[in-house]
Amino acid sequence: MTTTASQTAGPYWHIIDHPEWADLRRGENAAMAGTSITLTGQITDGDGTPCGDAMVEIWQAGPDGAYEAGFHGFGRCASDDQGRFCFTTLKPGPVPGPGNSLQAPHITLAVFARGLMNHVTTRAYFAAEPLNEADPILALVPEARRPTMLARETAPGVWTLDIRLQGADETVFLDI
Amino acid sequence: MTEFPRPAPGTWPPMNSPAYGSTRRRHALHPPIAIPHTLSETSAPRFTPSAYPAYADMSVHEGQAAMGERIIVGGRVLDEDGRPVRGAMLEIWQANAAGRYHHVRDQHDAPLDPHFAGSARVFSDEEGRWQITTIKPGAYPWGNHAKAWRPVHIHFGLHGQGFAQRMITQMYFPGDPLLPLDPVFMATPDAAARERLIAQFDLDYALENQALGYRFDIVLRGRNATPMEDHK
Repeated sequence: MTTTASQTAGPYWHIIDHPEWADLRRGENAAMAGTSITLTGQITDGDGTPCGDAMVEIWQAGPDGAYEAGFHGFGRCASDDQGRFCFTTLKPGPVPGPGNSLQAPHITLAVFARGLMNHVTTRAYFAAEPLNEADPILALVPEARRPTMLARETAPGVWTLDIRLQGADETVFLDI
Repeated sequence: MTEFPRPAPGTWPPMNSPAYGSTRRRHALHPPIAIPHTLSETSAPRFTPSAYPAYADMSVHEGQAAMGERIIVGGRVLDEDGRPVRGAMLEIWQANAAGRYHHVRDQHDAPLDPHFAGSARVFSDEEGRWQITTIKPGAYPWGNHAKAWRPVHIHFGLHGQGFAQRMITQMYFPGDPLLPLDPVFMATPDAAARERLIAQFDLDYALENQALGYRFDIVLRGRNATPMEDHK
């Protein structure tokens, strides 16, 4: 069998939006120990125009580097009129990679929007994290474009990763 | 062990689809970088009905019946080996019978229905089956060109067993004259792949004197990496 084709989420996906999902410290996660962080950024198109109708989903490991082992690592956020999204979460730990490798702490982001036939996927790594140097996925990305996957700490605990869908400094998207 | 192969060429719409104007400034110019699947791609959020309550009936809102033709839509979620995907969460949304979304930005001059909110959430069962009750949505103009109307459709978002399976699609209805004119639907080059986006009229899903039925099977990426002995 072949997979069902992806189709755009369109501009009216907010009908299924739950703004509280942007806070990964909700529910049972509230009891988890870890470093509380904000992950934010602005989504722009090839003209530099903010994308105010996007849906951003994140998927991450818990502070211990494990997926869904106590920490529910899913979040969703609507971009605002300025194209900005904002999650509050706990910083993930390093995750096992292919073979015996170790992946640096990262958060997977998926962006859905009008005009995107399929969602685009990237990762937010944490700038200045020593494990980035040996990360097996970052190693596949040309060095000059790696900064588009490095969130910067723009205020204490606030990590910023802008997403440029097209053009100069276009974000590196991953074919997963 | 499950692998998540990339979609076969032509079976998914290209990100750059010029006839759909909104893709022009939103598609990446660089090809995406293929990565090996790690735990970050093969694991997926665990959505349970206790934390994400299911609501399968869009045809009634706050105790009042919505306007329009009541229908039942159901089907199975399968992987590429035809095996059921169990516990998949489906998020579903659509316009009302007049072709208007319950959404602040939808300014189409068609009536809102106070008894239609337009969203549902269901989970696939042990056989991959799911089902909703809803109202057949209406077509609506969308400004892609002067007389562009979207064919009647329902949006489906699926979360499977690996984040690589995450997908959003649209289900269309058989016999819709707008389909061959729609740049979103027509963007998928492979005709058979387009046909699979069209639900089948299916009386097996109908409820006597209550609702007609449509079947829509959804195939997610995913293939068993090591053949199972009991798999034919």
